Amino acid sequence: MSFWSSVRRILIGDESPSEAEQPAPAAAPPPASEPPSHNGKLPVSISINGSEVSDTVEPRLLLVHFIRENASLTGTKIGCDTSQCGLCVVLENGVAVKSCTRLAVQANGAEVTTIEGLGSAGELHPLQEGFWNKHGLQCGYCTPGMIMASKALLDANPDPTPDEIRHGLEGNMCRCTGYTNIVRAVQAAAEEMKKGG
Amino acid sequence: MATATRIFSSGIRRREDPRLITGGSKYTDDLKLPGMLHAAMLRSPHAHANILSINTSGASDAPGVVAVFTGQDTQGVLNGLPCAWLVPDSDLKTPEHPPIATDRVRYVGDAVAVVVADSRYHAEDALQHIDVDYEILPAVVNPEAALQDGAPQLHDDVPNNEAFRWVAEGGDVDAAFDSPEVLVSERIVHQRLVPNAMEPRSALAQWTEATGDVTLWSTTQNPHIARFLTSVVTGVGEHKIRVIAPEVGGGFGSKIPYYADEAITVFCSMRLGVPVKWTETRSENFMATIHGRDHVQDVEMAATGDGTITGLRATVYAGMGGYLSTAAPGVPTILHGLMYCGPYNIPAARAEVYGVFSNTTPTDAYRGAGRPEATFLVERMIEKLAGHLDMDPVEIRRKNLVAKFDDGHDIVLGLTYDSGDYEAPLDKALEAVDYAGLRAEQESARAEGRHMGVGVSTYVEICGLGPSQVAGAVGFQGGLWEGATIKVTPTGKVSVAIGSSPHGQGEETTFAQVVADEIGVDVDDVEVLHGDTDNTPMGWGTYGSRTTAVSGAALTLAVRKVKDKARTIAAHLLEAAEEDIEYGDGRFFVRGSPDSAQSIQDIALMANVAWNMPEGMEPGLEAQAFYDPPNFSYPFGAHVAIVDVDADTGHVSLRRYVAVDDCGIQINPMIVEGQVSGGVVQGAGPVLWEGAVYDDDGQLLTGSMLDYGMPRADVVPDIESLSTETPSGHHPLGVKGVGETGTIASTITIYNAVMDALKPFGVEKIDMPLTPQKVWSAINESRG
Repeated sequence: MSFWSSVRRILIGDESPSEAEQPAPAAAPPPASEPPSHNGKLPVSISINGSEVSDTVEPRLLLVHFIRENASLTGTKIGCDTSQCGLCVVLENGVAVKSCTRLAVQANGAEVTTIEGLGSAGELHPLQEGFWNKHGLQCGYCTPGMIMASKALLDANPDPTPDEIRHGLEGNMCRCTGYTNIVRAVQAAAEEMKKGG
Repeated sequence: MATATRIFSSGIRRREDPRLITGGSKYTDDLKLPGMLHAAMLRSPHAHANILSINTSGASDAPGVVAVFTGQDTQGVLNGLPCAWLVPDSDLKTPEHPPIATDRVRYVGDAVAVVVADSRYHAEDALQHIDVDYEILPAVVNPEAALQDGAPQLHDDVPNNEAFRWVAEGGDVDAAFDSPEVLVSERIVHQRLVPNAMEPRSALAQWTEATGDVTLWSTTQNPHIARFLTSVVTGVGEHKIRVIAPEVGGGFGSKIPYYADEAITVFCSMRLGVPVKWTETRSENFMATIHGRDHVQDVEMAATGDGTITGLRATVYAGMGGYLSTAAPGVPTILHGLMYCGPYNIPAARAEVYGVFSNTTPTDAYRGAGRPEATFLVERMIEKLAGHLDMDPVEIRRKNLVAKFDDGHDIVLGLTYDSGDYEAPLDKALEAVDYAGLRAEQESARAEGRHMGVGVSTYVEICGLGPSQVAGAVGFQGGLWEGATIKVTPTGKVSVAIGSSPHGQGEETTFAQVVADEIGVDVDDVEVLHGDTDNTPMGWGTYGSRTTAVSGAALTLAVRKVKDKARTIAAHLLEAAEEDIEYGDGRFFVRGSPDSAQSIQDIALMANVAWNMPEGMEPGLEAQAFYDPPNFSYPFGAHVAIVDVDADTGHVSLRRYVAVDDCGIQINPMIVEGQVSGGVVQGAGPVLWEGAVYDDDGQLLTGSMLDYGMPRADVVPDIESLSTETPSGHHPLGVKGVGETGTIASTITIYNAVMDALKPFGVEKIDMPLTPQKVWSAINESRG
């Protein structure tokens, strides 16, 4: 989502069709005529990693804060305030979104997958295995967003070249690894997923 | 039982990772305590202004707000933020640095007030309802300009904004520069950089009235220093303060300093009696977390006509920002000026460094800290010399490199390098890239109008900080030793605790490798604890590529103490003399009778139950050790970069990068390569994209990741990391340190490559970052 379309939505409630990259909401947001429940708050229900999380929230609440605060899932990180770093990437209806650039109310009715929903320590997703095996992380702070963006990348292109991986992840910053091992990690995961598939 | 597998020097996967790749680990901002409130800072929008009045009533009445505090509230309660590196013989000035400004602000981002509210949203909402009446003052941002007569004055007690003037000199510099055969000079601007650890800084403070205890969860690289300085600033006794660095998301030096924000968060918790959390936004990080570099350097190199270097001298104007950050004065002096000889035989060298206040964010140690700036100027002058003499720069380097040594090499600036074999990595790097082939390729490319460049550097750096006696002598207000404890449980599991505080470097894994090999337990039976002042021994923290070198040595000494005790117990149980006991793969046995052995697990059980101990021996199998290194360590290496420059657009693309680093003995080569790759890309940033830019009024124009160019995955190649291994003679494991080598070498290597590409245009210098616009302009100007 572009900076200005998010500004429009926040400032003037513009609900005009957004850019192609936006996932289609699974359920329509509440119509504008519906009165807010109380104090200007709106009811929101989002399926996160298969569990329904419902709350009444301010319309301005960012999806990433809903995930971290209301759903208490802190695996998704926040690294900037200009939608540049990609630390907060989650899957919304299967599409990678920067959850700092989505309002929780926009994700009403959606199915969201965060790093916690991808795999567990006992049952790692091939991408998690790949990052572990190839030393694709150091401090780990960019890792959840990096892995979720990689998931969307491989869903769209199961057999990417290193160059395609680099371009596919240019919206995700890492200050520790220099990206060399992140590319190797995604390649390894792609190999593994091909075997599995 | 005991394992026979030697795990040292193997690239095993990191044990840190499972919790990090599943989102389960907790960083400071992930923590939530019952009743916790949220703090947000009001920061000065002006670079230099007097505060005439502050009206907080609008904010106090805003929804969810619990309290608003200003400098009037903290004055007399919080002490000033101390500068802890008081470089001697430099006439250092340390003006007062109040955590919250009271009468004057000195940079955009200086804290003016804090709001505490029931949510982050409410706290930030309320900031806009604080009215501050500022009297705007003239500002100065360039350190050289700030030193001139008539420049705006930041601190009343610091004439000409001169924080210090420091000189280091070795050899007969005047003679070297008295009509040398060859003299090359350059003005180098090493621009201001923003560290940008991906995790913004955060602090969570909990004060308990009934006990008087303060617990501070903090994004710090050095929890023991943070406890010490929290005590200094808040007045709470150190024994009442517990600092916890939970998972920390990168630091690169920016999380060494003690910041106002930590002290303010503690203050808020103490005032309100509830836990208070503060987390910076990235925009705040850009203006209120330290910056790095900011050097203007006038450099001269003297040489003979055959390319033998006879002298190097530089005058440096180093920007300190509005105040002196915790370690700031030491960075452009001790960590910079003493490294002017590089890996070369330079018989005379001089550094004259002015530390200067300006209306900018304070600077401090940023990955490499002084050494990238030193390596840059030495290696740039070598290229200039080569150009002047029309010699291959590699040939100049070879001519001047110090010959192989393993028992110390004294340089004229007073340091003693521990061990070095500087030609080995150079040979390896040149072979890896086929240097002769590249030069041939370059020639034919130029004939076809294409512009590729090859950049080389050879470097040595100082790390493994360092001998505490030296630290004291150079004004560092602390020690630089490390403590480690080891406990072996009745079932033979091992728990070690270290005073340093890794945050991505992987020492939970590498230190477990060290312990496993030393006493022969399985690596998975070793737990490494760090980051909590309550359960770790004293240590000075993780920075300066010192954790493996210093903390690792302390750990090695501790585990060897346990092993000595185990040997004594084994002798007792085997009814043999201790000198007849041999050890192998975790088992102690009488020489010649390996079948009848006591394993470390057998001994751990006996030591812990203490049913049958040697006469007079204390029970338990635990030890503590402290390691104060006898010298610094000096990693070195040679890097090569290959770039392609599009002369029509000025675009530079980094085609290939080969790093050959010698960090001594490697515990885990996979982690070494990871450190190098990350470091190289971090050093590439300033060459091509990064740079903090202020306008003349002191407004930070590059105040977000939109405006400040960080390296992304699609603009860098795979970094090829090779190595040579020259042990450090003075270290128990022979290790040196690798955290900063990549950054120290890569900036100048890539810069040299671009200048090499631009040689046909006669372009010898462009100030970094080398953006397409600047490169295109330089090419265009040269074409007339």
